[in-house]
Amino acid sequence: MFNPLESAPPLWHNGPVPGAFYNFPGTQRIPAANPITHTQSPVTTSTSIIAITYDKGVLIAGDLVASYGSLARYRNCPRVIEVNPNIILGAGGDYADFQYVKSFIEQKIIDEDCLDDGLKMKPKSLYCWLTRIMYQRRSKLDPFWNNLVVGGLQDGVPFLGTIDKLGTAYTDKVICTGYGAHIALPILRDALDKKTNLNLNDAKALIKRCMEVLFYRDARSFPKYQLGIIDKDDGVKIEGPLTVEENWNIAYMT
Amino acid sequence: MFRNQYDSDVTVWSPQGRLHQVEYAMEAVNLGSATVGLKSDNYAVIIALKRASSELSAYQKKIINIDDHIGITISGLTADARILSRYMRNECLNYKYSLDAYMPLNRLISILGNKMQHCTQRYDRRPFGVGLLVAGFDDTGAHIYQTCPSANFYNCKAMSIGARSQSARTYLEKKLDELSSASLEELIKHGLRALRDTLPPEVDLTTKNVSIGYVGKGQNFKILEEEETAPYLSLIEGEERRGGGGGGIADAPADPLREGEAGDDGPRDPIPAVAMDTTE
Amino acid sequence: MMMQTEMNAYYPDYSTAPIQRQINPYADNGGSVVAIAGNDFVVVGADTRLSSGFSIYTRNQNKLFPMSDTTVLGCAGCWCDTLTLTRILKSRMQMYQQEHNKQMSTTACAQMLSTMLYYKRFFPYYISNILVGLDNEGKGCVYSYDPIGHCEKATYRAGGSAGALLQPLLDNQIGQKNLVKPSSEDLSQEKALAILKDVFIAAAERDIYTGDSVLINIITKDGTKVETFELRKD
Repeated sequence: MFNPLESAPPLWHNGPVPGAFYNFPGTQRIPAANPITHTQSPVTTSTSIIAITYDKGVLIAGDLVASYGSLARYRNCPRVIEVNPNIILGAGGDYADFQYVKSFIEQKIIDEDCLDDGLKMKPKSLYCWLTRIMYQRRSKLDPFWNNLVVGGLQDGVPFLGTIDKLGTAYTDKVICTGYGAHIALPILRDALDKKTNLNLNDAKALIKRCMEVLFYRDARSFPKYQLGIIDKDDGVKIEGPLTVEENWNIAYMT
Repeated sequence: MFRNQYDSDVTVWSPQGRLHQVEYAMEAVNLGSATVGLKSDNYAVIIALKRASSELSAYQKKIINIDDHIGITISGLTADARILSRYMRNECLNYKYSLDAYMPLNRLISILGNKMQHCTQRYDRRPFGVGLLVAGFDDTGAHIYQTCPSANFYNCKAMSIGARSQSARTYLEKKLDELSSASLEELIKHGLRALRDTLPPEVDLTTKNVSIGYVGKGQNFKILEEEETAPYLSLIEGEERRGGGGGGIADAPADPLREGEAGDDGPRDPIPAVAMDTTE
Repeated sequence: MMMQTEMNAYYPDYSTAPIQRQINPYADNGGSVVAIAGNDFVVVGADTRLSSGFSIYTRNQNKLFPMSDTTVLGCAGCWCDTLTLTRILKSRMQMYQQEHNKQMSTTACAQMLSTMLYYKRFFPYYISNILVGLDNEGKGCVYSYDPIGHCEKATYRAGGSAGALLQPLLDNQIGQKNLVKPSSEDLSQEKALAILKDVFIAAAERDIYTGDSVLINIITKDGTKVETFELRKD
């Protein structure tokens, strides 16, 4: 009787086995205990994004470096972009993944412009759409290794939201990703506790301060950064490269 | 029934450059009971005349909800309308799922137009035998769209389709200037009067045969229940009725009611009267 | 010789070995949900802290999702799964509404949720769900779920990161368990609300994933009332 646990003998010496895959002579079989291990981790990485809403818009800042581990490999990698007149986007994590994500966001915007109906995507829509995309990729266990920060004006009201590589998404008045979540976020939350309704200058000063602290404390950071601004009156501007005012005097031994 | 040599298939051209099968499908719209759509700056209203196929049956539903911000009213083959409405509901749902926003009307209508066009160009299909009036409200305001079996669609200020709808169009054309600033109540009243004009003198609008749906700024699409239509009907009760029942079945749709490009000098629907002999 | 799943060194594309990747698709984003039903009402509360490990993502995250006029779903656990599940649920509610010309009842919604969770049996939504609402008689009801769709009807339930902490407390306070003189009175809305707030205060003291504030929905035949209640923010 047929017993599935017991394989049939080969038809001839070194020949095919009934019911089993055939191995051509000369090929080596590798035991199944050694399957493909597709290690997924980011390669060319960028660090924190910090973002804050103010009374008439949103600011998003991120520095310009992309690292190979501890090596500051590329030093002019912009990662704060204008998506359309309603939306700006910042991204941290794997830079190649970001470039890919950026390319299909741009395609989406082009597709929409081609409809020529005068409608422009709003930040909430992009935020939701990116959440779906990030979640789909994590469900394939092949995520885009990014933290995305979407800022913009939703019918004139400032909007700020973020999505991580799993599709975890939330909106808040201040958002920091990466190392900034530990270092910059407490500074921003503290400032917001003291003054709830910031204006553009307050917000800019805060961002400047945060980028400074991050540069001193985050070993993967860089003194050159970009600042994306979306303002109800002035529209979208990507400023930079701005430079952190460094002062290392205290580091010298007397 | 008059036929000709060139209507054996949707894909067959007549030497005059016409698709007779498509034009016949246009006629299916005129067989359905009349329905009216009109809008102001902030509201879009659709009003339909319901028919019962027999004494024993209920009145056929004429207004279908698509999403919170869109509703349609139909004239023609109800079964075809069900397929279209399911498609539209699905598209709205998918749009909302992926973008967290209501689908803009013009985008919905244009993909619907694409779907309907397929059937007019393939030998193994037939055109949808139904016309729709789509009422909706989006970021660009209130809209009334008309779609035809020929897969044409029009952005309208007001429109009426279905049996004897010419009289309703005549009424709407006359009142066109008042519509944009009208309140919801006035809009419904205009719609009811337009619809009443399509009726023969011995018939009148009742809560049973009228269906009202509206949508607007801060107002989700709502289909009024029987008891809710009564107050509106009483508002126009006793008014002197105009000539009623004028207008031929096969009249070409009136243009002043249509908005924008298509209405001005865009493509017009073929006038199918030549191809049809209306002795039933 | 029965090596049917194996790697082909020469033709890796034809390998039948399972592809293994090492990311963890789940995150524990914390959060607690507590629901208490009475004869003609049901109250449900969820804290508003969204966190991961020692980081607080936001202090102001609503975790209660209205499904219909009489049904609310509270979710705690993996936030990305929550977002996806609730989006699909909302679509399904609308499809039902359009198909049947009425809103889905709480009981039907409870069954649907169970089916939808079990559909993902082998890649589950890592969520602790609590569905509350009024049944067809207007009586408050609470349904609680495990991540793969096991569904249980109850009158009170705590779920999420402080679920195990709070359930015995509710057993005692609402279920009148282990009391020398259990009260036979019906639970009033005021009492339920007070206990709900108390147990959240208790949870915020002991569970780092619960805090900031509680968002409460009170569902009665007159509709849903929303209330917030501050918790400690450390």
